[in-house]
Amino acid sequence: MPSVSMTVNGKAVTGEVEGRTLLVEFLRQNLNLTGTHVGCDTSQCGACVVHVNGKSIKACTTLAVQAEGAEIITIEGMATNGDLHPIQAAFKEHHGLQCGFCTPGMVMSAADLLQRNSNPSEPEVREWLEGNICRCTGYQNIVKAIQAAAQAMRG
Amino acid sequence: MAETGIGASVRRKEDNRFLTGKGRYTDDINRLGQAYAYFLLSPHARAKINGIDTGAAKQAPGVLGVFTAADLAADGVGGPICGWVVTQKNGEPHKSPAVSALASDRVNYVGEQVAVVVAETLTQAKDAAELIEVDYEPQQAVTKMKASLAKGAPQLHDDVPGNLCFDWEIGDKAAADAAFAKAHHVTKIDILNNRLIPNALEPRAAIGEYDSGTDSSTLYTTSQNPHVARLVLAAFMGLGPENKLRVVAPDVGGGFGSKIYVYRDEIVTLWAAKKLGRPVKWTAERSASFLNDAHGRDHDTHAELAVDKDGNFLGLRVSTLANVGAHNQIFSTATPSYLYGCLLAGQYKTPAVYGEVKTVFTNTAPVDAYRGAGRPEATFVVERLVEKTAREMGIDRTELRRRNFIQPEQFPYQTPCLVQYDSGDFPLLLNRGMEVIDYAGFPARRQASASRGKLRGLGLSCWVEACGLAPSAVVGALGGGVGQWESANIKFNPTGSVTVFTGSHSHGQGHETVFAQIVSEHLGIPVESVEVVHGDTAVVPFGMGTYGSRSGPVGGGAVYKAAQKIVEKGRKIAAHLFEASVEDVEYANGTYSVAGTDKTKTMAEIAFAAYVPHNYPLDELEPGLDETSFFDPMNFTFPSGAYFAEVEVDPDTGQVTILDMVGIDDVGTVMNPMIVTGQLHGGFAQGIGQALYEQCVYDDDGQLLTGSLMDYCMPRADNLPSFKTEETNQPCPHNPLGVKGCGEAGAIGSPAAMLNAVVDAIGVDIDMPATPEKVWRALQSRAQAAE
Repeated sequence: MPSVSMTVNGKAVTGEVEGRTLLVEFLRQNLNLTGTHVGCDTSQCGACVVHVNGKSIKACTTLAVQAEGAEIITIEGMATNGDLHPIQAAFKEHHGLQCGFCTPGMVMSAADLLQRNSNPSEPEVREWLEGNICRCTGYQNIVKAIQAAAQAMRG
Repeated sequence: MAETGIGASVRRKEDNRFLTGKGRYTDDINRLGQAYAYFLLSPHARAKINGIDTGAAKQAPGVLGVFTAADLAADGVGGPICGWVVTQKNGEPHKSPAVSALASDRVNYVGEQVAVVVAETLTQAKDAAELIEVDYEPQQAVTKMKASLAKGAPQLHDDVPGNLCFDWEIGDKAAADAAFAKAHHVTKIDILNNRLIPNALEPRAAIGEYDSGTDSSTLYTTSQNPHVARLVLAAFMGLGPENKLRVVAPDVGGGFGSKIYVYRDEIVTLWAAKKLGRPVKWTAERSASFLNDAHGRDHDTHAELAVDKDGNFLGLRVSTLANVGAHNQIFSTATPSYLYGCLLAGQYKTPAVYGEVKTVFTNTAPVDAYRGAGRPEATFVVERLVEKTAREMGIDRTELRRRNFIQPEQFPYQTPCLVQYDSGDFPLLLNRGMEVIDYAGFPARRQASASRGKLRGLGLSCWVEACGLAPSAVVGALGGGVGQWESANIKFNPTGSVTVFTGSHSHGQGHETVFAQIVSEHLGIPVESVEVVHGDTAVVPFGMGTYGSRSGPVGGGAVYKAAQKIVEKGRKIAAHLFEASVEDVEYANGTYSVAGTDKTKTMAEIAFAAYVPHNYPLDELEPGLDETSFFDPMNFTFPSGAYFAEVEVDPDTGQVTILDMVGIDDVGTVMNPMIVTGQLHGGFAQGIGQALYEQCVYDDDGQLLTGSLMDYCMPRADNLPSFKTEETNQPCPHNPLGVKGCGEAGAIGSPAAMLNAVVDAIGVDIDMPATPEKVWRALQSRAQAAE
């Protein structure tokens, strides 16, 4: 089996994987980072979004071996010293989550949006979230949370 | 304690774990020595199974076992059950075909579980499943209801002649017919209520585990009601007894009804763990969820409304065909009967209502309760029909509704459809909605759209529903198999913190926060000091789970009652400590006192005295501060609302743009406004999804054409607007908190409002979902008809 090495949430990791092992499987099973979820099998729902070298990607359509040498950030890497990241805090403040299953992907996706656009309009947030499905919230409070986080992060 | 008590938008206690990736869903759990199950699913909608050769699969690398229906039958393991007996017009019970734990001699829908492979790894299980050879003899399938009822149709079950599950009626046929005989005008409508696929974002999953040392089993599963699952697994599937079976439903990623039922994969996973002596994990792939999670809706209805010359409703007749799919499940008979027919009166004082429903087996996935369960279908019938009547009679639709509303002073109001509405103010809801949407300004807005070549429409839905399942005596009299009370246990710890055990289950609704608020309000404890525990039969005494918007009205009522017991026991302890008589001890806001003295004790001090009883009336009271209560309501609760949708249609493309969505709701007492609004938003999204986007489609051979998120259109963020919500709440008079359910409201009221808006825009009736293609075709045929 091939061996793969990468940095996950700042920590160097190595593991043995099959060629067909997906990045999300490597994170969940080899590293026990179960915050990254699998909600579909067609790369539609976005529950598996993580950052690879600073960009949001769907970990269900990336092979673990493709992430060789990469810097990965997952939802577990967002809070620092127990303090929620401003996006996480805004999701809590604005009730941007219900069952919580889509939430890690939403937060990671939002984090990528805000590093590209520090002040997105409501339509811009909604369009960016095209690849993240939430069945609980109707999105309104997610949009609100992301805009509030943007404001907080702009300071 | 008001800042964290009832009525405060307390931020959710459960959020930190979900936001930091520390939620614990079933698939996040791994047990030592765990093996993996993979199910082989039927590719045929209808076929005889002449034999299954598992020989090669059993020899494949890593395989621990390959099992078929015969293996489960040999161990006496049963399949899914129906939990509600519906009595037909002819007095006979509905027909429920026998269902085995895996498909045995035939399959009846694509995706039906035929065999299971358990292997050391999931990939080994999947690879081995490809080696199973099933000798299928494909037969003609039937997926449409009318075709299934036709003479000579393929027969799905030997014990169900004509594929008819039941033929049921509600209301007074003679009275309704008499009303139609004297009608000035009759409006008729034919309606399809589109079939939906629930798609909770977390796919179903299960882990079975067997401990030979104690001869006991554990099932971790994605359930909305773990105690019900344990009861059913023990009583009907032979996987008990209950004292040897623990069911854990940890964090569950959405349910919407689809996780009420006990499915074949859960039964088989639990059984296989004992058979193999290894923990066995199974997780659905989304493609499988599409195929064999219970679907929702799927009605075909003809309805007629009789009115007098002034627009007063005289009578309503409704005739519905409802698809139950290939076999029954727990609520699949209750949903299209009582949960549907009992709401056909809507918000109106129509004196005579008659409904009849035939439920039909077809070669499609089972259909069961999905968010709203019967009530969205009833609302859609009534509110589409009322709006059409207004158009035909040339009466403003708000005025027509107003003339026929049940008036606020008429509550409690006995409808002709069995139920008695508890409270409400329907004119108030309508009036406020008209203000918020600016109803008076609509003609000018329509004109402005027309000047840009666009078609603008406004639609309403004035709805009422029955939820908070339910009064057990009523449910029992109507055929329900279990009681519908809820339990709560409030346990003080010696140093004043509290643990609450509830039999209801949160899969997004926020119980851990709201139930803590009830305790905070009534026992004067900060919410941070209250832990709410649910979802594990080993620690929660018993409960019926969460569905039918029952957690607040029923589960919350049990928490309240347990809190009152705590207060009363605390009063006796305080009386002892105060050396006063019990009658003289007053309680308010977490503190006991004696009038006219400066003696006070906090609830925490009382709890300490109860657990460290150095000075305690041990001859009169047991130590400890730990009370359990059960709440069984006297009636359903009846939330109501007035929803308004405004849309613009591009006649060149058929594209519908939502311009406004207003929901004015009466959900009784609001315990946490932030959470209630969130529930309403989510309901709107699913209701608008049904109205504009979602449609489950089978072809005539029974192949599912909408089998992935690429084919089945779930509403995305850019398909939906920001909603405007307000509440005009009339407390429910028959539960202690005054709450009505809010979980299903949005999904019940919004499809009719949204489709009425589209019909208003394009001037012609169409069915849901109002996709651009359908809207464009409707406009083309209207134009052709006009030529």
